[in-house]
Amino acid sequence: MPAYTLKLRRYDPESGQSAYWQEFNVELAPERSVLDGILQARNDQDGSIGIRCSCQAAICGSCGVRINGKSRLACNTKIGEAAERAEKMGRDAIVVEPMGNMPVIKDLIVDMDAVHWKKVQRVVPWLLPEGDPPEREYIVPAESMIDITQSMACIHCGVCVSACLSMEVDPEFVGPAALAKAYRFVGDPRDAHEEERLRDLAEDEHGIYDCTHCFACVEVCPKDVAPMNQIMRLRRRATGDYGIKDDNNGYGHEKAFVDLIERYGTLHESQLLPRSYGQGSLVRSQLDPHSVKQLITAFPTVVNGLKSGKVAPKAALWHNKLPDQSQVRRIYNEVHSHGERIELNMYIVGESGGEEEGAMAEGSQEA
Amino acid sequence: MPTHDVLVIGAGLAGQRAALAAAEAGASVGILSKVHPVRSHSNAAQGGINAALGEEDTWESHAFDTVKGSDYLGDQDAIEIMCKAAPQEILDLEHLGVTFHRNEQGRLGTRAFGGASAARTYYVADITGQAILHVLYEQLMKHDEIYRYEEWFNTAIVQDDGGQVAGVVARNMRDGTMELFGAKAVILACGGNGQIYNPTTNALICTGDGIALAYRAGAPLMDMEMVQYHPTTLQGNGLLITEGARGEGAHLYNAQGERFMEKYAPNKLELASRDVVSRAEQTEINEGRGFPDGTVALDITVVPRKRIHEALREIVNVGRDFAGVDITKEPIHIKPGNHYVMGGVKTNVDGQTEIPGLYAAGEVACVSVHGGNRLGANSLLDTLIFGGRSGRHAAQRAKTMAQPTASREHLEHEEQSVREIVGRDRTGRRVSEIKAELGSTMDKYAAVFRDEEGLNQALEIVRRLKEEAKTVAIDDKGSVFNQDLFGALELGYMLDNAECVVVGALERKESRGAQFRTDYPERNDDEWLKHINLTYSEDGPQISYSDVTITQWQPEARTY
Repeated sequence: MPAYTLKLRRYDPESGQSAYWQEFNVELAPERSVLDGILQARNDQDGSIGIRCSCQAAICGSCGVRINGKSRLACNTKIGEAAERAEKMGRDAIVVEPMGNMPVIKDLIVDMDAVHWKKVQRVVPWLLPEGDPPEREYIVPAESMIDITQSMACIHCGVCVSACLSMEVDPEFVGPAALAKAYRFVGDPRDAHEEERLRDLAEDEHGIYDCTHCFACVEVCPKDVAPMNQIMRLRRRATGDYGIKDDNNGYGHEKAFVDLIERYGTLHESQLLPRSYGQGSLVRSQLDPHSVKQLITAFPTVVNGLKSGKVAPKAALWHNKLPDQSQVRRIYNEVHSHGERIELNMYIVGESGGEEEGAMAEGSQEA
Repeated sequence: MPTHDVLVIGAGLAGQRAALAAAEAGASVGILSKVHPVRSHSNAAQGGINAALGEEDTWESHAFDTVKGSDYLGDQDAIEIMCKAAPQEILDLEHLGVTFHRNEQGRLGTRAFGGASAARTYYVADITGQAILHVLYEQLMKHDEIYRYEEWFNTAIVQDDGGQVAGVVARNMRDGTMELFGAKAVILACGGNGQIYNPTTNALICTGDGIALAYRAGAPLMDMEMVQYHPTTLQGNGLLITEGARGEGAHLYNAQGERFMEKYAPNKLELASRDVVSRAEQTEINEGRGFPDGTVALDITVVPRKRIHEALREIVNVGRDFAGVDITKEPIHIKPGNHYVMGGVKTNVDGQTEIPGLYAAGEVACVSVHGGNRLGANSLLDTLIFGGRSGRHAAQRAKTMAQPTASREHLEHEEQSVREIVGRDRTGRRVSEIKAELGSTMDKYAAVFRDEEGLNQALEIVRRLKEEAKTVAIDDKGSVFNQDLFGALELGYMLDNAECVVVGALERKESRGAQFRTDYPERNDDEWLKHINLTYSEDGPQISYSDVTITQWQPEARTY
């Protein structure tokens, strides 16, 4: 039986001492899990090792930790693979630490209530239908149920919260798990408060526009919930369907990107700021009155850009278009011609077409 | 002292449903669970939930299938109540927000399941338990009046001088403080005891706590010998491959490539009931027609790929992550594995036990709607219907009575016994060693096939382990998340459970449902069409019997 070394971050709040590292040697088959390894250490060597665990099958969501720096469930991380990864990183032990972005209670156990569950509560996490329920079931499209089942598949393990870079910078950020939960209601045709929910989350400066598209949550989610995708869908619905303009201008910023690339084929950086805050450009004085404050706040950024040479005064006014504009136009026409939204939904798998292609994307009619 | 009208122990489907029902009936409610509610084992229920909601289907058909599935040991009054209430329960869940699968018309759609004469299983992909559990937890978050004690470990049920339930003693797992809770009613909803077996499909938390607590308080347990083995679990770790796979059309093969269910259940094949399929597989394996690793093959590749990804998505992940098999391309090796206990705390149809104020619902309880063998997708229904009934009944009863007196002596007694365990010298065996020996013993002697000799050996071992557990060593001396201590307490619960399973299996000298005695291979209605009740005594479980309630279906031969 192969032997592995686990290096666990230990912390005993009653000892009055700070956290420390402790190594345990375990023996088990490489396809067994890191959790099996930790439990072997606890069973045979030190019963005081603290880790939450229950199902051992990636369903209950208890055993979120960081393994070799990556947020994971310990029960569906194979110990052999974790050891190989550690070796590639130049280490002779598999390093296991508690999840990030949450306070540690003991050893590998973190306080999920203080962060994760508090944030879930923030998104009004229950269905709000209008009026009395029907006598039988609500009649809704099969696709919309499959669609939100992707969010329902969330097991609240907190692994995405642990990996979230935006939350590291802004601890108030509602975060990937809670926002995926929010999509579960926004995408549910039975819920009657779609616009209010979207307005609430768009206008919150720690809401949907606080996400920086880093993909960390998508990468670590053990259930393919792809929280960032759900956040992007919330944004598209907020802006596209309801034209909700948020205080920190995520709507305008996103729209400016799309418009500038449509026009120039590349990003006209010096136009980005004024366009983000205005309907057109500053020159044509179509400034949104609500955003004067933000524009003034952004002034030092402009000055810094000029000083550092990132923006040259000439280039700021004159931006060359991409030579072959027809290709750019073709892409935009193609997207507009669909008339329906292309959604990324891993639950719907196409039979036709390529083997793997179907698993990624398929057009789904919005209800 | 935190005091509520109704205190629910356990926050899986039965517990949450009971708490919501009691709150809606006007009671003040506390719900106490050793894990966060969404970590409950109800999560693991993949396949679905049964109801005769379709226009062609009838509750009588559902009830008859359940009676037949139970091998006529189920109480027919309780089964009638469950099957009649099922359609409305599905609709209520749908209205609360469960994302049930829809058909092309946008209406609720079904899949087929074992032992059922109609496709009446409603489902959410293969995460049905999780989807319902999370929707109920959404409702708990909405109800401010339900107080949640998350990560509290229950050590004892407290009764007043008259024997009426007065509350419980529990330990806050996060800081180690122990508390006496006052209650007019306590509803046990803390699940089954699969961890007494190794391997099992059950989570590590399924240690039979509620069954043992009720037993120690003097409530009779019923039909504890009826332990279900699920036909499709992974070799080694016991992970579950949902019956939904067979419901969607998957086939079983032995190592010689024969679709062996043709021999055992020519009409229903892979969709015969679980005890029948488990015995068929085990027979193939025992007679040398299995694979060298002691398994047979489940071939899901016959199900269309799109359908696999849509309806069996979790199983694709389980195959990939835990067996290294792409189930859309090749068969996966499986065997029968411990899954569910049909027996439990004896209750009436309102969840009442024989102790005034003590209720039980869900897998911890034996109503009994599953008798000798539970049909797939009837367990979720059981938890919700009888969880709801217990909650409502307990709330109504609480309105008629004063708060009973919970003496602090109980708290002091529990604190003292915990101190004794934590302060003990490290001389005994480790918790994990005793647990491992218990698990392999039960799997060897009290599994799909049983006989007197093996069961006697099992009883001897379990009783020795009970002695050894009294000096079990623990390393953790702290109060914050002392999981070592909880492991020792759970070990005590598990051993009580195991003793009752073995005693019941020894006593029932016939083969019925999940109890197959190779020394008594026939069902014997003349002598054994009755429930076996076990009551705590110093010398081990005391045996008594009670009648099976028969309303409209007389026992007949059971073929599939």
